[in-house]
Amino acid sequence: MRYAGVVCRVSGVGAVLLALCCSCAKSTTSDPRPPTPDRVLRVCADPNNLPYSNEKQQGFENEIASLVARDLNARVAYTWWPQRRGFVRQTLRHGDCDVIMGIPSNFDQALPTQSYYRSTYVFVSRSDRHLNITSFDDPRLKTLKVGVQMIGNDHVNSPPAHALAKRGIIDNVAGYTVYGDYRSQAPGRDIVDAVANGKVDVAVVWGPQAGYFARQQKVALDIVPVSPQIDLPFLPFVFDISMGVRRGDNALRDQLDHEIEKRRTDIERILDRYGVPRV
Amino acid sequence: MLGATGRVQMRPRCLGGHAILLVVLICVGCKSKAPDNKTFPFLQRYSSNPSEKTDLVKLEGEDGQWIMPAKNYASTRFSGLNQINTANVKNLKVAWTFSTGSDRGEEAAPIVVNNTMYIVTPFPNTLYALDLTQPGAPAKWSYKPKDLNNSAKGVACCDWVNRGCVYANGKIFFNTLDGKTAAVNAQTGDEVWVSQVADINRGESITMAPLVVKNKVLVGDSGGEFGVRGSLTALDSETGKQVWKAYSTGPDNDCLIGPGFHPFYDSDKGQDLGVKSWPPDAWKIGGGTTWGWISYDPALDLIYYGTGNPGPWNPEQRPGDNKWTCGMFARRPDTGEAVWAYQWSPHDLYDHDGINELVLLDLPINGQVRKVLVRPERNGYVYVLDRTTGQVLSANPFAFITTSSGVDLKTGRLKPVQEKAPGFGRVTRMICPPAPGAKDWEPSAYSPVTKLLYIPHANLCEDAEGVQANYIAGTPYVGANVKMYAGPGGHRGEFDAWDPVAGKKIWTIKENFPVWSGAVATAGNVVFYGTMEGWFKAIDARSGQLLWQFKCGSGIIGQPVTYQGPDGKQYVSILSGVGGWAGAIVAGQLDPHDGTAALGFVNAMSDLPKATTKGGMLYTFALP
Repeated sequence: MRYAGVVCRVSGVGAVLLALCCSCAKSTTSDPRPPTPDRVLRVCADPNNLPYSNEKQQGFENEIASLVARDLNARVAYTWWPQRRGFVRQTLRHGDCDVIMGIPSNFDQALPTQSYYRSTYVFVSRSDRHLNITSFDDPRLKTLKVGVQMIGNDHVNSPPAHALAKRGIIDNVAGYTVYGDYRSQAPGRDIVDAVANGKVDVAVVWGPQAGYFARQQKVALDIVPVSPQIDLPFLPFVFDISMGVRRGDNALRDQLDHEIEKRRTDIERILDRYGVPRV
Repeated sequence: MLGATGRVQMRPRCLGGHAILLVVLICVGCKSKAPDNKTFPFLQRYSSNPSEKTDLVKLEGEDGQWIMPAKNYASTRFSGLNQINTANVKNLKVAWTFSTGSDRGEEAAPIVVNNTMYIVTPFPNTLYALDLTQPGAPAKWSYKPKDLNNSAKGVACCDWVNRGCVYANGKIFFNTLDGKTAAVNAQTGDEVWVSQVADINRGESITMAPLVVKNKVLVGDSGGEFGVRGSLTALDSETGKQVWKAYSTGPDNDCLIGPGFHPFYDSDKGQDLGVKSWPPDAWKIGGGTTWGWISYDPALDLIYYGTGNPGPWNPEQRPGDNKWTCGMFARRPDTGEAVWAYQWSPHDLYDHDGINELVLLDLPINGQVRKVLVRPERNGYVYVLDRTTGQVLSANPFAFITTSSGVDLKTGRLKPVQEKAPGFGRVTRMICPPAPGAKDWEPSAYSPVTKLLYIPHANLCEDAEGVQANYIAGTPYVGANVKMYAGPGGHRGEFDAWDPVAGKKIWTIKENFPVWSGAVATAGNVVFYGTMEGWFKAIDARSGQLLWQFKCGSGIIGQPVTYQGPDGKQYVSILSGVGGWAGAIVAGQLDPHDGTAALGFVNAMSDLPKATTKGGMLYTFALP
């Protein structure tokens, strides 16, 4: 499923089919290998952050880590840590693990591999509303109830929070936290649930979360990449995503780069199964 | 309340994430079991004899003891002890030491009750009781909080600090980073009760020291950066059950604002301003956490405490005053009912949390003795407010300020400088004071002898420019590239003597690094504070002259205290152990080349790792 500014429709039925696919894919792709490889691929990951990762290894980053490890004749060992402030410092840079499966390619706290996907913030709305909102400049955003994830302080916020504020879209905005409720099985899904159950008319969400949680709803949701891709003066909504290793660990970076090249089709397939919109 | 069952032993971090996850999972599973009185007979004792109530007002006046971090309800951090004085302090020697076993920032004040000293370590927040009657003050017992939630470490903004414990009713009360308040038998170290106050799963944590007023344990929360909604909670000191909870944002009912609420200024009058001064529903993630200091006036029967910054960060998204963030409340301790409120920084742009200490004094203002509270505020002004009404009597700058041009005494409002407003994609240079403020949480001390307030603080500015890619919870975003640096003069810290009546600085000691430790003033006319290099200093309370100093093992960001030992001698204690927001570069091993780390603080502190190394150690000094 590639997205190039087109509306994609996903539904609950699709999700069931995908789940079936998922289980059969798993059982048939295991190739013969030693039961306990000597090599260990040490991955730093969040124990509760679907669709990326969780401790049951149900996220797409878990699957990609397993895929890569198989090729490297390694087993995966996880260091679990909530992906919050200090995550890179407490895990990768502390030396507990060697690779983070997803970072923005221009994130300077780690050495990035080549990008293995590029996603975008998207508008999420119920298909039965036929909103087809594609741009932050759509005048309806001034009156519809708009959900957006926000960050408390630190002179930072999510790009859509800035884009909406800049256009004076304020009074009709419902704020959600990026972190969600960590007790939940999927802390990031509440903003997508809010679209499905009508609490908000449209939400602006980072693509992988939007695509994955949209499929788990009972109603069909539309997912549309936001435009512009870069708001002026420089507010990007599209990000390249890489794996990240410790600065200086060029050897592992090179191996992973090679893996990304070699397994591009398999990685694409995994991302498709999780509904990750790409541009 | 959390029961004592289902306990999980802490494992060392080096075992890796599986242990941590296990702890997290088990913690999630084990909620709300009532304490078992059979297993814990001391619970029976306390529940059957809840009448044992300490007269804290009497106890806080005993200079031999130090029962709360601020020394007394007025938060003066002044001791009447005078054995150590300006003439003999030069002879001060180490009496004994104690290693906390932690390498995180030690911000706590040791407290002293009944010949026992109590200290709380940074997370995992172990409580130690040290026997002052024995040579070398060996540990009597330690209490390790159970069922700790390790995700707290990812939630806490600025190191895993704890600012101390407090004594009342035969118990020691303290908070844990993962959002609980614990009551521990002061003699035996047995757990009396543990209550969950803040929800770590929503980004709430606790770093502050509680205050006990009229058998209520007052607890505030942290986590403004997570879009939490700040509140202050009162727990029954005998049972741990919630008595009241007052939110900092939202409808009057939630803020415990009722008919008894009489703010001084018109802009604070009206119904549901905690809702109306925000865009619809924005108050629900509006911040206003309460992670700082609480004072109490027993005569007026009012508690006073400040509120943190509003959220979300981009201020364009929250037009309005954003009440009651970056302000303060006066409340009735019995009911939580608000009596008045005031905002230091309405519609804050800079993360200038308004949570610093509130020093309650009776001062002659314009020829008349007024009941005032004195507040050295993050935005750079020392405020003097009438604490009965909330009227601002004066507000004078104690630091270099570019973000505002003063405080309008008619309206009580801060006068912001528009061109220093940071905004996304906009370059703003010389923002002074920066996010940590002219002064952060580190508390000042007041001497009724010299009539001066001793203010430890920073001299920093910041630039917000460009954009920097970042990500949390799998979500990429961009933020302003913030870099802090030394303010005018090139030094990063100051220790001031301030005359609150005249509203002016008497003298200043310049320090290389931000002064991140508290202060203590004594009747011996000696004032103590520490530096981030690790120097523990005694200065002349009148002249500011350095009288004595000792180099501790690690940088000092703690709070000094002084007490009388069982041998009748005066002692002075300080925890050394660098960390906190300013010291995160050392405690968190941040990259000195990454100037934007620790929210831009690393840029100003890149030479700190050369000046000190981490490691928690308590030092106690005495005359030979």
